Amino acid sequence: MTTTLIGQPVTRVDGHAKVTGAAKYTAEISLPGMRHAVIAGSEIPAGRITGIDKSRAMAEPGVLAVLTHEDLPKVATQPVLTLSLAGTVAHGQSFFPMQDPVIHYAGQPVAIVVGETLDAATRGAELLDVTYERTESITVIDEGRDRSYVPEKILAGLAPGEMGRGDVAAGLAAAELTVEATFTFSANHQNPLEMSASVASWDDGQLTLWDATHGPTATQMTVASLLGIPASRIRVITRFVGGSFGAKAMIWAHPTLAAMTAQIMHRPIKLALTREQMFTGCGLREDNEQTITLGAAADGRLTAIRHEKLSITSAYDDWAEPALSGSGELYACDNFAAVYHLIKGNTMTPTFMRGPGETAGLAVLECAMDELAERAGLDPVELRVRNHADVDPVSGRPWSSKGLKECYERGAELIGWGDRDPRPGMRRDGDWLIGMGMATAIYPVYPLMNPQRARARLYADGTAVIQTAASDIGTGAATVLTQIAAEGLGLPLEMVRVEYGDTSLPFLAASVGSTGSTAGGNAVHLAATGLREQLVAQAVQDEGSPLHGADPELVDVVDGVMVGPSGSESYGEMLGRNFVPETEYLGTYQHRVDDEHALLNFGAQFAEVAVDAALGVVRVRRMAGVFAPGRVLNQKTARSQLMGGMIWGLSQALLEASHMDPRFGRWANPSLGDYLVPVNADVPEVMVETVEVDDPFINPLGIKGIGEIGMVGMAGAIANAVYNATGRRVRSFPITIESLL
Amino acid sequence: MDGPLEKIERGPEPAKLSLSVNGATLVAEVEPRASLLDTLRETLDLTGTKKGCNQGACGACTVWVDGRRVVSCLTLAVACEGREVTTIEGLVEHPMQEAFLSCDALQCGYCTPGQIMSAVKLLEEGHAGNDAEIAEWMSGNLCRCAAYPHIRQAIREVRDGEHQ
Repeated sequence: MTTTLIGQPVTRVDGHAKVTGAAKYTAEISLPGMRHAVIAGSEIPAGRITGIDKSRAMAEPGVLAVLTHEDLPKVATQPVLTLSLAGTVAHGQSFFPMQDPVIHYAGQPVAIVVGETLDAATRGAELLDVTYERTESITVIDEGRDRSYVPEKILAGLAPGEMGRGDVAAGLAAAELTVEATFTFSANHQNPLEMSASVASWDDGQLTLWDATHGPTATQMTVASLLGIPASRIRVITRFVGGSFGAKAMIWAHPTLAAMTAQIMHRPIKLALTREQMFTGCGLREDNEQTITLGAAADGRLTAIRHEKLSITSAYDDWAEPALSGSGELYACDNFAAVYHLIKGNTMTPTFMRGPGETAGLAVLECAMDELAERAGLDPVELRVRNHADVDPVSGRPWSSKGLKECYERGAELIGWGDRDPRPGMRRDGDWLIGMGMATAIYPVYPLMNPQRARARLYADGTAVIQTAASDIGTGAATVLTQIAAEGLGLPLEMVRVEYGDTSLPFLAASVGSTGSTAGGNAVHLAATGLREQLVAQAVQDEGSPLHGADPELVDVVDGVMVGPSGSESYGEMLGRNFVPETEYLGTYQHRVDDEHALLNFGAQFAEVAVDAALGVVRVRRMAGVFAPGRVLNQKTARSQLMGGMIWGLSQALLEASHMDPRFGRWANPSLGDYLVPVNADVPEVMVETVEVDDPFINPLGIKGIGEIGMVGMAGAIANAVYNATGRRVRSFPITIESLL
Repeated sequence: MDGPLEKIERGPEPAKLSLSVNGATLVAEVEPRASLLDTLRETLDLTGTKKGCNQGACGACTVWVDGRRVVSCLTLAVACEGREVTTIEGLVEHPMQEAFLSCDALQCGYCTPGQIMSAVKLLEEGHAGNDAEIAEWMSGNLCRCAAYPHIRQAIREVRDGEHQ
């Protein structure tokens, strides 16, 4: 193959629609006769509804209906929390609202108001009179500390509540250096800029649902199970998604509520969450406390790691963000123990948010490693190299690929690590104290559990269409799938168009946990190369073809022309001669379980901060991240995604916090004015590089994923830089001005 | 918004409203409480202008009214009668759009129309002298994908005439 489109910095194929405003996101779909639905949420965190008076709402001009738990049909199946990664139903929690008067959390949907216009429905929801009987609630850790328990399993049964190896007590007894510290993390909400929305339309028993989701197939199967209708009668369309960061990774109640409302009203229904409802409608990253203990020999080599986490989950699910597994995977250490502690509280089930688990867990591990480096009198990079895991410490298997030492080396070069003074508080720039910190990034390579499919179709005019039910949530999926297809088919980019975001197309699991490119990319690769082989095989058997009789192995395809040892012709010429208008191939990628290798994604993060000595203001001046994410499919979009992840790390370190008011059991700051996310002026120039590691074991294209790894580690690097600048170890995230005064 | 307003008593029921959007006169029947943002998106099917918070905090709904950038979620449609409204659909092959594409100053694209509407005005306002100034004057437009360094690059390149 002579073309090398994979990896090229190709401009986003959906970019033109985005810069012109032509891109239609879910809430922008309008259908004839469509009406607007608005959810009214519970004002209390625990108790029951004692009455709903619809009269004021119904008197509002334009309000068509108020639906409550007494009006809505019962769900056909009680939902059970199931991760979207599984590629089946993806219930975000084991609970469906509006089935009875019981309230589990504030914001839980209690009514749906339907209006002629969005304004009428919104006003109607405000006028609804709901009375409640409130009972005792638990919404912050301190209210339930004495009721914590260790769950048998977390993550919908996929991970254990406790894990470990070796003997941590013995490892700590043998240690010459120990570090023990407790960290706290605020709750976070994903807050993609596009709010979740669904548009539902029924036609003769068939449901068409536009939904903002990571996985149209996940929405299809989830809604089918709740409505009790076959998946074959639901089509889900997801064209443009305005970001997600986990908010749209699981399927929450609103698409099903939209479908139910549309059925009752005999009208297409648009249901969009408000910004405030984005804090109670699609999960959260739970606030949590983590305690870590490191033991090490005098030379810094780890002898023991113990890591525990305490957090609140819902009344009905054992959810904990998997923050602890990374501490067992990152460094060579024989003795490791980790325990999750949960409190049943009045929250919806927490969920994925970018870098789920690792971002919080590694912030803790990597801050503790920074303290250990200081105790051991070692450079933080050197300490990490000394503890480098040459093989997987969990399984003992060799890595499929690694590249971490190269990441440390290059990252240190980029930030100018040599200029760092290991003594805190030594560097000054006017009123500003300057510090540098670093941390390691790792992120799991999750196995795909079911066959991932894509179809490649070539028309007799020589153009191709690639079809798969992928969702592009801003990752650049549509672009890299086009590149992979064009390279596989031997066509120029402009002759390939990708169709995606529709359950009418071949199955693809939801794009979650950095698996999107692995799932879609490998399926498209197999579809495109399969179609190419089919076409070449046809040509060498075709007596009318100049390639007749050639060895297919010796046929190359360049710009749609099959070039053999003794002749050539284009795909289109061959198809045209044979009166074939189009031909197809279905590619199926099945993850192969590798019993011989351990799979993990690696990177290194570096940050330089300035802290105002008098005011405690922290400004990140420079960031450098170097990652070894396997094959990079598009240098331009990959850079953007990794950079975005690093800035998310800045945000986790310094800005993002959802504040619970336990008196009311409600979020105190559910708006983009009060929930701080970085603005342009918060963000410095960001240095991003990749170390390309060849990974022949992981999947056909050698992809590890880049959606999360860019974020992991950055919060730790920034906290360590703040320490280096000030000598203050801040152990609560986000690091705020008041914690530095 | 400057200039005299003609006083017309209407509402609270929906009333006819004549708006000049992107040079065309459009008639919408909306309630006087309807925001310019909802009127554009829900009534006039001009969905390029985005709703990210409906509270004036994110800038995704930035449009121009009489040539000045405003957040359309906090602007009443009825207050825009007799004024010229420009949305992203009114920009045709503007160098800023090309620069956003080539610099990959976007990911999900949801904040992009608002960013571009702000960025074009920022240059006209003379607030793009250096990166710090660009960053400050673009800080009313949130980008949750965090394409900020690339947004600054795109604005720099247009300022320096690299996209004609």
